[in-house]
Amino acid sequence: MRYVMKKKYIEDIRLFTHTSTFFWYAALVVGCFLLPLVCDDYIASLLVFVCIYATAAMGLMLLAGFTGQVSIGHAAFFAIGAYASAILTGKGVPFLLALPAAGLVAGLAGMVIGLPVLRLSGLYLSVATMGFAFIIEEVLARWESLTRGNLGMFVDPPSIGSFHFDTETRFYYLALSVLVLTLLGSKNILRSPTGRAMIAIRDSEVAAQAMGIDLVRFKTIAFAVSAFFTGIAGSLYGHKLSFISPESFTLLVSIEFLAMIIIGGLGSIHGAVFGSIFYILLPQVIIMTKDYMPRLVRDQTGLESGLFGLMIVLFILFEPLGIYGRWLKIKYYFETFPLYKKDTFKKEKSYQKVERR
Amino acid sequence: MSFFEAEDISIRFGGVQALHRVSFAVNRGEVFSIIGPNGAGKTTIFNCINRYYDLDEGAFRLEGRDISKVRPHVVADLGIARTFQNVELFNKMSVIDNLLLGRHRRRRSNVLTELLFTGSVRDQELESRRKAEEIIDFLDLQAHRDQLIENLPFGIQKTVELGRALTMEPVLLLLDEPSSGMTLEETEELAFWITDIKAEFGVTILMVEHNMGFVREISDRILAVSFGEAIASGSTRDVLAHPDVLKAYLGDEDAFAQG
Repeated sequence: MRYVMKKKYIEDIRLFTHTSTFFWYAALVVGCFLLPLVCDDYIASLLVFVCIYATAAMGLMLLAGFTGQVSIGHAAFFAIGAYASAILTGKGVPFLLALPAAGLVAGLAGMVIGLPVLRLSGLYLSVATMGFAFIIEEVLARWESLTRGNLGMFVDPPSIGSFHFDTETRFYYLALSVLVLTLLGSKNILRSPTGRAMIAIRDSEVAAQAMGIDLVRFKTIAFAVSAFFTGIAGSLYGHKLSFISPESFTLLVSIEFLAMIIIGGLGSIHGAVFGSIFYILLPQVIIMTKDYMPRLVRDQTGLESGLFGLMIVLFILFEPLGIYGRWLKIKYYFETFPLYKKDTFKKEKSYQKVERR
Repeated sequence: MSFFEAEDISIRFGGVQALHRVSFAVNRGEVFSIIGPNGAGKTTIFNCINRYYDLDEGAFRLEGRDISKVRPHVVADLGIARTFQNVELFNKMSVIDNLLLGRHRRRRSNVLTELLFTGSVRDQELESRRKAEEIIDFLDLQAHRDQLIENLPFGIQKTVELGRALTMEPVLLLLDEPSSGMTLEETEELAFWITDIKAEFGVTILMVEHNMGFVREISDRILAVSFGEAIASGSTRDVLAHPDVLKAYLGDEDAFAQG
């Protein structure tokens, strides 16, 4: 067990609590950048999707996990980002500008939809966002002069100057860089007043107002920032697939984002990444183990979505904090070995609250 | 003109007249208590000040400015902090983060500078932290600094809530039953703190309280309400001895005699 002796306030504000944390995260990032050296194109392509989904999931995490506003319409922002970037690069705008522009357009959409919708709460909000996603899907299919409707659009691989991200490895570096910046930006927001205000809104709206937090304003900000990151991810997604059509952005995509952050662990940055890794990995594991499964299971249609659904149910039942919660427990086990007690993470609430409330 | 005034405030919930033309005035730098039996409308007064409810009639004035029409978060922006009867803290956050939320109204950063965590955001965070730490020292919360609220006992939670209100550096502090659920020792400590807050920080305090010993000890003036009406107001000694107040608390002497 290690104790950190903090002597300055800045030590609480810094990104990494101590040098070793910094070292491990740096090692992780370097390791991620070195990965393509040892893996083939297929794996690299999977890794690209992990990065893209993690970026989108981080966007949704800010809104659902930290601000407590559950959206089941995030596929819309993903779509807006993808289409904005496709249209802009198609018109000759350099990718380096189109990428943030895609995020901004999505963010703007988030703000516009946020203003009326965020006066709702809970289930009503979720259903409203879902309705919004349907509208966007429909608009993309009908606005043929701009989006070519259901015919879909071809998207060129992104390039900066004369450098083209046309191989899996190159695209992976791009997606990974975007993901790292997204995570850093999110972390920065979360350690600042806006991030605290978001969490405050999630925990108690009444108290948040008493702190001087303008609910509508900060919910709208959360919505816009969330949509911004998801839009950026959408842009990359379009470029990666090189072909987009409204069918790529259905309700199912929104639900998958939601599933990712629930499985990964609501209310944690790690959760967004864990969730997307899990989401990409699960089908692979199923394919690999398929030969060893009994025929009755193997030949079932919808095996993947079935298992995915089952996983969500199991996580909600047994590990509401998701993979991140499990990760914390395993870490704690090793830190305190051999003193770990199973009940360490149980709420002390149950017996402390007797009589006094 | 008093520092803070309630002018003929009335509010009705369906068939219940929760407050009827209640008026009072709080002077700068005093501890003003509102007492009354259960259901008298004391907390309703606070909820109206905070704009959780809309007044049917009347107005609140802070230094002459009408604050009964502003949006709820503006009340805090103007420097009115409050605590809640049953504690409204941010349960999944640590004590220090709860206190830092008190600094929200003092923030100068916006979401863009925060995204980049510029030097000015860092300096602002350090300054907030310094202020929060002053409050932690004042309320002896050092041992709990990094704990999650949901893991703390109720008495500590109440103290954290007081701390969070103080971190806002308010001009007017609303305390809703600060001593309820606290042990005798905690209540005694609270009395010291409130006296100190008044003397050292120069904060005006408006308090709803049931514990009469506590009220007697620290209040400068008192308003007694019963069934939504003001029945007495004035200096602590006068109000606590007022026959209507005794009647509201203990019942009618005749009724008692009649059994």
